[in-house]
Amino acid sequence: MNWDWNAVAEFMPHFWDGLVVTLQALVLGSLLSFTLGLVWTLLMRVPTRWVRWPVGVFTEFVRNTPLLVQLFFLFYVLPEWGLTFSALTMGVIGLGLHYSTYTMQVYRAGIEGVPVGQWEAAKALNLPLRRTWTAVVLPQAVRRVVPALGNYVISMLKDTPLLMTITVLEMLGEARLFSQHAFEFTEPVTVIGVAFIVISYLASLLLRSLERRLV
Amino acid sequence: MSDTLPTPDPAAPAPAATAPAGELIRFDGVTKRFGENTVLDRLDFSVEAGKHVTLIGPSGSGKTTILRMLMTLTRPDEGTITVDGRRLYPAKRREVAEVRKNIGMVFQQFNLFPNMKVLRNVTEAPVTVLGLSKDEAEARARELLELVGLADKCDVYPSQLSGGQQQRVAIARALAMRPQVLLLDEVTSALDPELVAGVLDVLRDIARSTDITMLCVTHEMNFARDISDDVLMFDGGKVIESGPPERIFEDPTHARTREFLGAVL
Repeated sequence: MNWDWNAVAEFMPHFWDGLVVTLQALVLGSLLSFTLGLVWTLLMRVPTRWVRWPVGVFTEFVRNTPLLVQLFFLFYVLPEWGLTFSALTMGVIGLGLHYSTYTMQVYRAGIEGVPVGQWEAAKALNLPLRRTWTAVVLPQAVRRVVPALGNYVISMLKDTPLLMTITVLEMLGEARLFSQHAFEFTEPVTVIGVAFIVISYLASLLLRSLERRLV
Repeated sequence: MSDTLPTPDPAAPAPAATAPAGELIRFDGVTKRFGENTVLDRLDFSVEAGKHVTLIGPSGSGKTTILRMLMTLTRPDEGTITVDGRRLYPAKRREVAEVRKNIGMVFQQFNLFPNMKVLRNVTEAPVTVLGLSKDEAEARARELLELVGLADKCDVYPSQLSGGQQQRVAIARALAMRPQVLLLDEVTSALDPELVAGVLDVLRDIARSTDITMLCVTHEMNFARDISDDVLMFDGGKVIESGPPERIFEDPTHARTREFLGAVL
């Protein structure tokens, strides 16, 4: 096995393209999963079971089926029903939706972790329910859930190569494309491997500083 | 109510049809069970406006439950509760919220909002519930924090305060809503002994200088003696003895009261 720095140099422009796509998928996918997860959590607290039940079944289903299958469904099945989006959009939706079924559990734990005395104090002050949620409960819950949410972001990063299967040219997609043309596998795959470690590490540093600021 | 106005004038006396003059809080046949355990058993009692009433008695005798029912944190199983001539239980949710506006509560565990600085703990409800402007609410909050001796702590988070300071903020927060009734639920029980006096002094001040009606559950018998107009002794889910503090403390008639006071004094 020979290491060829020229191959690395040739790959780098493709690498940067892939990196941008990976980060886009990660950031947008995370934001979607944070938002949707909160929506699921709140819907699961609605008094009528006609809301809770479908949400429960749907999220349980999404959580317990493979992300890869979901991506295939979004990319190959939905267009048959006339729903077409770009591959990256579908990838972001897939990641965001899949991970929202994990973040909802994080939020639930965070909300249940807010002491009952906080609800009682809000009631004693006659705060409306909506205000109790937005000003008292959620700000405290979010603080508790940041570490767990951060771990899911890092997890999601490691799932972004799955998007390659629906033609998104993220880092692994670019590496594979490059390899197929240049017949060089070692260098591009090593480069993206290192990139994943670096991104994970930077993300965990960011997360730790965020935790320190919040606690 | 015979009143034709939809909202009663707060300056007007309580409607005579539903309540004797001056009566603010009334419990009629209130029963509360937790599982098999009957905490309150067909309880009747009333409190006149402006009075300071202390509930004493052994743990589990339902004193705290009474305050929690007035704050609508716990529902009675039977009976009626009336505040200022208006039904608190049973009543529709909207009416309950209306009655609850006149009631404030200070909790054993303070329950300050840890995500808000001290000043905002005190201004949050006046702004969102009473519709005060931020400036108005802050001016009032600063006054109240001054009253409880914490004028210099406006801009810190509750976690940076001692328990006694937190409880004084909680008192200011409750008073900021200008309640007719202040419920004090064992407000010094969670405090280190050296912090108790500061909180009680603040409450003595408030009791002396305002006409707020106070319902107080406490194990601080000296405090109860100082501020109370009336003391109610609870046991077995009932009021077994009541009267002015001098009489209850100096000359209790009921054997259980004597026993209880002997144990706590």
